[in-house]
Amino acid sequence: MKFVKNKVGRSIPEELNGKKLIPFTGKGKGPYKERKYAPKIRRTSPGDGKVLKSLREAIKKGGLTNGGTISFHHHFRNGDFLLNMVCHEIAKMGLKDIRLVPSSIQPINNELLPYLEKGIITHINCGTSGKIADAISRGKMDGLLTIRSHGGRARSIENGDVEIDIAFIASPTSDEYGNINGVHGKYACGSLGYAMPDAHFANFVVAVTNTLVPFPNNPISITQDHVDCIVLLKKPIGDPAGIVSTTLRVTRNPKNLKIARDSIEVIKASGLLKEGLSYQSGAGGTALAATQYLSEYMKAKGIKGSFGMGGATEALVKMLEDGLFEAVLDVQSFDTYAVQSLLNNPKHIEMGASQYANPLSSGCAVNLLDTVILGCTEIDTKFNVNTSTESDGRIMHGMGGHQDTSEGAKLTIIAAPLLRGRIPIVVDDVVSVNSPGENIDVVVTERGIAVNPESQYFELLTKAKNLNIKSIEDLKKEAEKLIGGKPKKPKVTDRIVAIIEYRDGSVLDVIYQIKN
Amino acid sequence: MSKKSTKRIDDTPVNRLRRTRLYIPGNNPAMVQNAVVYGADSLIFDLEDSISLDEKDSARHLISNALLTLDFEDCEVTVRVNSLDTEYFIKDLEAVVPAKPDGLLLPKTQSFDELIRVDNLISDIEEKYDIPIGTVKLMPIIESAKGVLNAEKIAEAPRVIALGLGGEDLVADIGAKRTKLGRELDYISAKIILACAVSKIQAIDTVFTDVNDTEGLYEATLRAIELGFQGKSVIHPSQIEHVHRAFSPSQEEIERALRIVKAYKDAKKKGLGVVSVDGRMVDLPVVRRSEKILKWAEASQHKI
Repeated sequence: MKFVKNKVGRSIPEELNGKKLIPFTGKGKGPYKERKYAPKIRRTSPGDGKVLKSLREAIKKGGLTNGGTISFHHHFRNGDFLLNMVCHEIAKMGLKDIRLVPSSIQPINNELLPYLEKGIITHINCGTSGKIADAISRGKMDGLLTIRSHGGRARSIENGDVEIDIAFIASPTSDEYGNINGVHGKYACGSLGYAMPDAHFANFVVAVTNTLVPFPNNPISITQDHVDCIVLLKKPIGDPAGIVSTTLRVTRNPKNLKIARDSIEVIKASGLLKEGLSYQSGAGGTALAATQYLSEYMKAKGIKGSFGMGGATEALVKMLEDGLFEAVLDVQSFDTYAVQSLLNNPKHIEMGASQYANPLSSGCAVNLLDTVILGCTEIDTKFNVNTSTESDGRIMHGMGGHQDTSEGAKLTIIAAPLLRGRIPIVVDDVVSVNSPGENIDVVVTERGIAVNPESQYFELLTKAKNLNIKSIEDLKKEAEKLIGGKPKKPKVTDRIVAIIEYRDGSVLDVIYQIKN
Repeated sequence: MSKKSTKRIDDTPVNRLRRTRLYIPGNNPAMVQNAVVYGADSLIFDLEDSISLDEKDSARHLISNALLTLDFEDCEVTVRVNSLDTEYFIKDLEAVVPAKPDGLLLPKTQSFDELIRVDNLISDIEEKYDIPIGTVKLMPIIESAKGVLNAEKIAEAPRVIALGLGGEDLVADIGAKRTKLGRELDYISAKIILACAVSKIQAIDTVFTDVNDTEGLYEATLRAIELGFQGKSVIHPSQIEHVHRAFSPSQEEIERALRIVKAYKDAKKKGLGVVSVDGRMVDLPVVRRSEKILKWAEASQHKI
């Protein structure tokens, strides 16, 4: 295998599994293709019915064969039942070598593990966690895991890097002609943002619902002209209670609260915290706490922002309700409060994944962000961020919109503790790179704040009197001092099990199978 | 980049800034390691009430090693040992004194004689470990009626640089009712503050137990400052900013203090004995108080 070094210093094979890889050469590059992908033309004639009674009928009608590609959204998060249901059906039908393209794999999908081992699922394109991620790290899947950001996923579907044979869309409501929304019905999940590229670019689109409503459904998130059939099931497609996972609660940990508060101090010092602010944060406990502090400050000072974005959380929606933002742009709803808001509040706007973060489009919303607060599993002295692998080399997470928002926002803040237990978070070199250092402006830890010398805010922030500014090298040394030295590198084999793409489709890094 | 220390009013241990003293359970390694990051002026690693009997040994061991290995930057580092009448007391001293904390908090202190015994025990350990005698200071906590009545003598004892009071135990001991405003502790507080003033040491207020009531904490701290307390003990990092907010002087206070200190310095240069600022006579205690206000002001600008 021939390797080339990419811009973040990672060795990328020129070719993998017969596919040429494009090494990452910096943000703002590409497009690497001239035209968007075009799906097959289908025809539904007057009098044709679209409602089917079983998933098997839909799979057959969509013409899925061995080696085929199927896609899903994860708006029910850990309460999603559809991905598992479809995979069980495919296994029963004896299909194999399937490429799975969900927008995320959650712990609830752990039951698919035997299908990886049996060669029924051989490729996965998305962020993964839990047992599936662990199994891939241990080499239990024949093919490759391709980790993409939310914007990168939309781009890969639109430019044809991924050709979807059948998109299965868990649909809280649909009418019999396939007009879908996510806000009505017993099983409402809110925004259907991640399903939108799939609906527009898959060769066959299946809406799966428990709630068939009279034509025309209203509002409509995905329209009938993209939907080939509707499967009406009795068995629930998802449990809205599963949308809120444990990562979505405000932290009580004083260390994380300090990090959250100091992150807001950084935004204040940057000069961006003023009228018209646009803001996004992740949905981790620290990010949620930061959103609360931001809200308190904006209320106290009478500052009104323009829009809040991202996974819409109760915290963000309350800011909208308090008049602190003009609008919330919602690509996925993170709790039932946000689902209700999307249903009832006209200022709460549903947004597709491409509109949100696809870099190779005519303009995505992350480009308009003033600031974003994000997390990481590790960050290195070059400010490269890892969100996907643990310090022991195992794949543990996806990356959400990390590299999209970090490239788009004017000021990107990484909020992370210096240590997690005895594991240092600021290191010489991250195990794997999800966001390149050039995207990152600041890292806020409980023991100090490091500003990227390449950041346009470097002068301003390092001069701020109230910020405990340190160099990233000093933070790293402090972490090592606290735990008594440098941690050992993870031991890996020479087999590549996953690649991490940049949002434009070039390759940031590859992940190797770990040694047991 | 090293931070400039703003925690000392002058170089003597007694005059150190002690707006907040943060209690940390001595058996929790993560909390011990992170104690330094919250901006408290002083840290109290607890071996007493927050540690269950089966954890006494491990906590003592952890704190002794933490003191020897961790960098607490410009925080004052103290340990609340178990009280003199327990079997743990001597073990605590033997483990902790060689690691040279800035001070020890002595719970349930009742008399001057106890402090003489403790002073001798510490001196023996200091001598054995080649530590200058008197390095480790004492901060008795008054938690009983008897202790309150003996406060003047306790404040005079060797090594003693601050007195604290244990509000909960005191209220129980005198048979009063615990209230949010703490009126039941007014006399006791005043008595302890007077005792400290005579011996020129600091009086530190008791903890505010409702962690969620941050405004209540702020109000209680304002009251404590009015009475003459120099600081407040806190039981959760989230309480620190509210206590510091209460200690943060107003702009007028700062400006007046600046005028007083300047007038005093000018007068001293010119050899004048008496100074007047804003039409009022200024003498040395007023100057000292102004200097403290300026230190509090400087400390409230402290980096996050």
